[in-house]
Amino acid sequence: MSNATLVSTVVNGDAVQFACPTDESLMSALRDRVGLTGVKEGCGTGDCGACSVTLDGQLVCSCLVLGVEAEGKEVETVEGLANGDQLHPLQEKFIEHAALQCGICTPGFLVAAKALLKRNPNPNETEIRYALAGNLCRCTGYDKIVRAVQAAAKDMRNKGRR
Amino acid sequence: MAHDNRYVEKDYKVVGSRVKRPDGVDKVTGKARYGADASAPGGLVGRVLRSPHPHAQIVKINTAKAEKLKGVKAVITSADLPDLTNGDQGMAHILENCMARGRALYDGHAVAAVAAIDEQTAAKALKLIDVKYKKLPHVTDVDEAMKPDAPVLHAKMFTRGVDPAPTKASNISARTQMGYGDVDAGFAEADVIVERTYKTEQTHQGYIEPHACLASVNPDGTAELWVTTQGHFTFRNVCSTLLGLDIAKLKVTSSEIGGGFGGKTHVWAEPVALALSRKANRPVKLVMSREEVFRASGPTSSTSIDVKMGAKKDGTITAAVAEMRYQGGAFPGTWAMLGCMTAFACYDIKNNKTIGWDVVVNRPKVAAYRAPSAPMAAFAVESTIDLVAKEIGKSPIDVRLKNVAREGTQAPYGPTYGPIGIENTLEAVKAHPHMRAKLKKNQGRGIACGFWFNIGGQTCVDLNIGADGTVNLSVGTVDVGGARSSMAMIAAEELGISYEDVKTNIGDTASLGHNDTTEGSRGTFSSGMATIFAARDAIQVLKQRAAKMWGIPVEDVEWQDGEAVAIGKMHDNLPALSLKEIAAKAGRTGGPIAGHNEVVADGAGMGFASHICDVEVDPETGRSQIVRYTVVQDAGKAIHPDYVEGQFQGAAAQGIGWALNEEYIYGDDGRLQNPGFLDYRIPVCSDMPFIDTKILEVPNPNHPYGIRGVGETSIVPPLGAVGNAIANATGVRMTHAPMSPPRVLAALDAQDAG
Repeated sequence: MSNATLVSTVVNGDAVQFACPTDESLMSALRDRVGLTGVKEGCGTGDCGACSVTLDGQLVCSCLVLGVEAEGKEVETVEGLANGDQLHPLQEKFIEHAALQCGICTPGFLVAAKALLKRNPNPNETEIRYALAGNLCRCTGYDKIVRAVQAAAKDMRNKGRR
Repeated sequence: MAHDNRYVEKDYKVVGSRVKRPDGVDKVTGKARYGADASAPGGLVGRVLRSPHPHAQIVKINTAKAEKLKGVKAVITSADLPDLTNGDQGMAHILENCMARGRALYDGHAVAAVAAIDEQTAAKALKLIDVKYKKLPHVTDVDEAMKPDAPVLHAKMFTRGVDPAPTKASNISARTQMGYGDVDAGFAEADVIVERTYKTEQTHQGYIEPHACLASVNPDGTAELWVTTQGHFTFRNVCSTLLGLDIAKLKVTSSEIGGGFGGKTHVWAEPVALALSRKANRPVKLVMSREEVFRASGPTSSTSIDVKMGAKKDGTITAAVAEMRYQGGAFPGTWAMLGCMTAFACYDIKNNKTIGWDVVVNRPKVAAYRAPSAPMAAFAVESTIDLVAKEIGKSPIDVRLKNVAREGTQAPYGPTYGPIGIENTLEAVKAHPHMRAKLKKNQGRGIACGFWFNIGGQTCVDLNIGADGTVNLSVGTVDVGGARSSMAMIAAEELGISYEDVKTNIGDTASLGHNDTTEGSRGTFSSGMATIFAARDAIQVLKQRAAKMWGIPVEDVEWQDGEAVAIGKMHDNLPALSLKEIAAKAGRTGGPIAGHNEVVADGAGMGFASHICDVEVDPETGRSQIVRYTVVQDAGKAIHPDYVEGQFQGAAAQGIGWALNEEYIYGDDGRLQNPGFLDYRIPVCSDMPFIDTKILEVPNPNHPYGIRGVGETSIVPPLGAVGNAIANATGVRMTHAPMSPPRVLAALDAQDAG
C-alpha cells in the first residue's frame, strides 16, 4: 500500500484506526479495512445510495468521501443501528412490511431513513419519497419501503424515540 | 417415489399467511454476505481490461510490462482460456464473450485481465498492457444492422429459418415464424385495419449489486467459486467446460444475490476470475464496476416492430400480424422467437402471424431480462389494440375482453391453454374503483395486458429432520426475493408443523443434485413442488418409525396435522406421536429421518396480468408522472402474499422505468454514452406512487398447490399501459419507448404544428 495514512475515527461508537491510501474512498476503507461489509457498493459514483453512512450525523454516500476525511469524525453504518440484540424500529418494520427483496439496498435505505426521522419524526409520504430519492431499489418499486418507514416513524413517535 | 403433481384443493394453515422472512435480520443488520462480501487468505484483486472500440481486430497484446510490475501475480488473455468447447457453438460464444479472441465486438468487450495484491496495483497494471487494435466499421442499430451493406460481425453467420438458405453472411442470425389461420382472409373480413411501427430502446436489468465473485483454483484441479448468481449449478457446468475442470471438483456457492432479473443467469467475469486464480495459484476476487456492468454484462434487446391488426365493428379482431426485429448484441440469441411466442398470447385471434428476426450488432451480448422479449412485443400490440378500439368506437377494455384467450384457446405458439386467468384479470380491472376515479387536467388513463410462460425444470431438494424435530430444508434455487420463506411455509404446511420449525438453506453445488437456474419464474413453482414431494417422502419415513415405536403395521398409521395417528379399533389406546417425539427416537428406530426429491418439474402454468395506469403529462416539458397504478395478476396460489405483491410492484416499476426513462444511448462512435445510474436513470422513490395490487388465484392444475410463477409477468404490460395513458392524456400516440420528456415534447410540438 503506497501513500497510506493512519486515520483515527469513531465507528458505530467504537474508536477505530485504519491505514488507507489517500485516494481511497471511505466506502472501501469501511468495507476492506474495518470489515463493515454492510456498507454496499452499487455504483461508486454517488448515484445509488447503497453505501450511505452518516459522518458526524450528516448523511453521505461513503463512496464520495475519502477514507482520510473520517479523521476525528464519527461514522455510523447499518451495523450500528441495532442496540445490542434490540433491532432498531426501522429494521423491525422493514422485515415486518417485506420492505426488502434482495436486500442489497436495504442498509443504505435504513441509514437514510434513520437520518430522515431524526430531523423529521413525522414525515408525510412525499417527504419520505424525496428524502429517500437518493437510494435506488430495483426490486420493490418502493411501495413497501415507504410503508415501512411510515410504520417505523409512527412506532418511534409513540415511544418518544428519535 | 413417484408423486402426483395434480392440484388438490385444500385448506391451508401456513401457506397464504404473511410470516417474517428467515433471512430478514441478516439483511437489515448488514450481516448478509453478497458477492463482493467474501474474502480469502492470500486473496488477490482481479481487474479486466476492456476494448474502447465497438468493433476492432486485436492485432497484438503485449503484457510484458504489466507482468513485471511488482505485486502483479497473473496477467491473462484469451491464450490462457484455450477453446475447449468442442464444437458447441453456444459455448464458444460464451467463451468469446468472456474474453475477446482476436477481435473486439463491442465497447467494453474484455480483452485482458490482471490479478494483483491490491486495487491500486491492479489498476496500474491494466494501464501497462499494450493492445494494438485495427478499427473496423461498426453497427449498433437493429434496423441498420439488417441492411445489405451493414458491417458484418460474423463472417460465417448465415440466417437460419430461411428457405433457401442464404449463401451470403449477414447480421441476421435467424428468422422465426409462428401463428395459425389465414391472415389475408382475416384482413378481408375486417371493417378497420390499423398499422403502426414501434421502436423500443435497449434497457438493463439494473440490479443494484454488480457482478462479483471470489475464485480459487488449485494446481490439482480442485476449485471453488463464491458468486452472485441466479444459477450456481449452471455456472458450475459452464465454468467447468470453459476451464477444463471436472464438474464435481468445482464447488460453486451462491452468495446472497443483490438482484438479478435474468441478468445473473449468464457468466461473464467468473471464467476470467478462475483463469486468473489458476495462473496465480491464489484466490482472486473480481468485482465489476457499475460502468462495466452497463458496458459489458447482458442488457435486453432494442427492437423495431411492425404491427397490423384488423377488426370488425363489433370489436372482433379478425387478423393480426407482427414483424419483429430484436437486437441480441454481438452474439446470436433467440430473443425474437420469444417475442413471436408472446406477442398475441393474451388473445384469441383466429388468424395470426408473427415473424421474428434475430439480429447481431456491436453491443454487449443480450441476456434475459424478466419475461425477456415480451414487454417490447406487448408495447406494440397493446398500443395497436387501443388504436383499433378508438377506430371502432369501443372501450379498450371491452375490445380486449371481446378477444380474450380462455381455456381451450390455441396459443399462438402451438399448445391449447388449460385454465388461465387473463379474462379474470380483465374483469377485475373493469370492476376496480381505479377505473372510475376522476382524472385531472393533463391526466390520462391506460390499460394493458401481459403474458409470460413460466418454466419448471430440473430441481432437487433435501429435507432433514433434526433430533428436536426442527427441519433443515436445502433447495438449489436461489432466494432473490423471499423464497426461503415460501419454501419453509410449504414444508411446514406438508409436515403439519409450525413455520418457525423449518429453516431453509440454499445448498451449494457440492451438497445437492443439479438444479436449473432460477429463471422463468420457476423458483417457487419448482422448488415448491420438490419440497412438497420431499416432505411427503419424509412423512412416509415418519410413519414407519411411528409404526416401529408402537409395534404395529405401518398400514395402520396415518399422518394428521404433524402427528402420527394409529388407525383402527385395535390401536385405540395408542396416543398420537408428534413429529418431535418421533424425531427424538430416530437414533433407535433406524437413523436420521429425511426426505429427498429429484424432479423435472413439468406443468408450469401460464401467467397473465392486466394493469391500470394514470399518468400526468406536463405539456411544457413533456415529462410524465405516474399518479396512480394498479396491478392485477393471477398467481395461481400466493404462498407468501407480501412477496407476491412485491414481485408485482417491482416488475411494474421496472416496466415504468423502461416506458419513461431508461435507454442505452450509443454515440456515432459506437460507444455507450451513459454507463452509470446518473444518466441511465431508473425510477427513484419520488418518481413512484404506491402501486396497488390485486392477487387473483386461478389454480395451476399441474401443481399440488396450484402455484404459477409470479416474478416476471408484470413487467410486460407497463409499456403499453403507460403509452395508452399518455395517448389519452395528450391525444398523441407514442410509438418509441422510452417515452422520455424529449420524445413526448417533440410529439406534442408536432401535434401542435400539424
